[in-house]
Amino acid sequence: MSQGTTEKVPPDSTRATERAQPVSAAEQKWTDEILAPTLQKFPERPIGANTGTNRYPDGTARFTTVSGVPVERLYTAADLPADWDEHPDTYLGAPGQPPYTRGIRATGYRGKLWTMRQFSGFATPEETNRRYKYLLAHGGDGLSVAFDLPTLMGYDSDHAHSEGEVGKCGVAIDSLEDMEILFSGIDLEKTTVSMTINAPASVLWAMYLVVAERQGADWNRVSGTLQNDILKEYIAQKEYIYPPAPSMRLVVDTFEFGSLCTPRFNPISISGYHIREAGATALQELAFTLYDGVEYVEWALRRGLDVDDFVPRLSFFFNSHNDFFEEIAKFRASRKIWYRLMTERFHATQPRSQQLRFHAQTAGVSLTAQQPRNNIARVAIQALAAVLGGTQSLHTDSFDEALALPTEQAARIALRTQQILAYESGVAQTADPLGGSYFVENLTLKMEQGAFDYFDKLDAMGGMVRAIEQGYPQKELAESSYVYQRAVEAREKIVVGVNDFVIEETPQPILYIEESVRTSQTAKLQRLRARRSQDEVSRRLHALRHAAAQEPRADKGKVSDANTMPYILECVRAYATVGEICEALRDVYGTHEESCWT
Amino acid sequence: MQSGVDQKNEVPIRVLVAKPGLDGHDRGAKVIARALRDAGMEVIYTGLRQTPEMIVNAAIQEDVQCIGLSILSGAHNAIVPRLMALLKECGANDILVVVGGTIPAQDTTFLKEQGVAAIFGPGTPLGATVEFIRANVKPRGLAA
Repeated sequence: MSQGTTEKVPPDSTRATERAQPVSAAEQKWTDEILAPTLQKFPERPIGANTGTNRYPDGTARFTTVSGVPVERLYTAADLPADWDEHPDTYLGAPGQPPYTRGIRATGYRGKLWTMRQFSGFATPEETNRRYKYLLAHGGDGLSVAFDLPTLMGYDSDHAHSEGEVGKCGVAIDSLEDMEILFSGIDLEKTTVSMTINAPASVLWAMYLVVAERQGADWNRVSGTLQNDILKEYIAQKEYIYPPAPSMRLVVDTFEFGSLCTPRFNPISISGYHIREAGATALQELAFTLYDGVEYVEWALRRGLDVDDFVPRLSFFFNSHNDFFEEIAKFRASRKIWYRLMTERFHATQPRSQQLRFHAQTAGVSLTAQQPRNNIARVAIQALAAVLGGTQSLHTDSFDEALALPTEQAARIALRTQQILAYESGVAQTADPLGGSYFVENLTLKMEQGAFDYFDKLDAMGGMVRAIEQGYPQKELAESSYVYQRAVEAREKIVVGVNDFVIEETPQPILYIEESVRTSQTAKLQRLRARRSQDEVSRRLHALRHAAAQEPRADKGKVSDANTMPYILECVRAYATVGEICEALRDVYGTHEESCWT
Repeated sequence: MQSGVDQKNEVPIRVLVAKPGLDGHDRGAKVIARALRDAGMEVIYTGLRQTPEMIVNAAIQEDVQCIGLSILSGAHNAIVPRLMALLKECGANDILVVVGGTIPAQDTTFLKEQGVAAIFGPGTPLGATVEFIRANVKPRGLAA
């Protein structure tokens, strides 16, 4: 439950939901003399069909964000709290200053641009390695690994469940050998790497650390991010293996190990991206993601970790969707909310614990298969929102992603879009350029209030794991996605090229992944199993099972005896496969099945 | 929308919405399940990671007239032929099979040769899927 909410509570933010203050005489005069005759002469018309969500009961036009939140005609000082000007530090602060609404860096992007980090991975490790070298040669700053579904689900390429899936949605990684190929010729002390891997995150991370070690890299200097966010898997993306409690334990193992052994590595990227893609509104994405953050902190504290030892390395990952101002408000609010949670609820004292850092990716769900080149414009708008929201790093989607994994040409245009924003548009030259906008500040305050309302509900349910077990976030998402889809069907929300401005089209060339990836990965696995010491693999897996069955207790300054990470590292060094290591953990923890929430 | 009723026998059309393969992205499957239900059909949703065997068993047990497969991962060329062969083996190949998801254009002919009646790509109106199923399911014999 929230603690200490009486101290340092900012002035009441709820007042911004209606007109917060009486309008000024000047605004009243404008309303009477300018607005009224204009409305008489030119009544407002909804954007999209004049039905359903686009009409008030009295028949006048209603305007809403993509999330369905009403947007007013005009925002003025009357839409900000009465004490806005008296408490600038509580409401906003300056850039680099609590509550960090205006960003975590005093100089915005003037000291350092955001990291242009393009997510990619497909087919074999050899092919993906070539794409990585291509991206780095074209000005990408960091790498971001997409793994295929068998890897995400902890199966080897030759497992029966892997048929048809190997190398399709990402790169196939079965063992340390594949990870060595994936990063061959790439200096892991100099390149930051993000890995989108969740249920088997600790296994892939161990492989990465061993590759770095064999390159001669110092773990103290290796930097990157593991996604490792299992809660959003239960909520949205559904690539879970084990039940929630042991999964949370594995995550806390990585927090503890990381804080002691890899101080520059982010062991988690708490992700709203997938929650949004699964149909959430902007507010639901924000609230569920930050509350997932609360849940991880609670579990780590129960282990006995110190808040300021691990929270500085928690990172976040948001979606950047179509509704420009709503997204900017979401990003700005996220920093303030995290600051409030860390100070009021967890009493964190390190500034780094209180500063929310995030990666953003443009919204795959918003891309259309129809007239796919239109997606270049969508991606540019979404990327701009992420930059104006103060993101630390950004992935821009390729225009062909509603059809398949991107071609090289499409991937280049996506990266170029970021470079145009950074180097040509001028938007990176001023910190938080929209700060003080009546509209953006009003939306930001509403996001904050809405998120705390969700937190109260989730607290009352006993936390996020409990809420997930009851299907609460899953049902909220299913409802929101259906409401939106109905609005699209009714043409109340226009999707250009899909429900309006439609043309006849011929299919365009896409990246096509052959079934042969499974064959070559299977052959590699057979050679590996013949070559390695089977005896050593069995001993290492046995030791891991034993540790996984114990309850770890934090031991200040050293890794807990039962922490699984050191045991997984030993399995990996012996060339145990992803499938074998995950199977060992399945033996101990069992697997999770979701009830069908429809 | 009109009612999702089998016109000849005036019983609701029964549809199995299934999610085969390892992928967990279930927004599309859930939205379509709800749209078919709102159109008056009886919908059974299998949940995630169903093998072709599990899907065919459920289809026969639930006595459905249509199977809707949601596939986004690229595994369709492995899954669909196995599923169609199993339906044939069980003498259930009168069940209408439709696929929704991201299917590359070069695979559509192959899937249709296998017996898939229609492929609904991203952006397909819900109403179009409802209409197709209503127009193409085999009328049932009068239920016992």
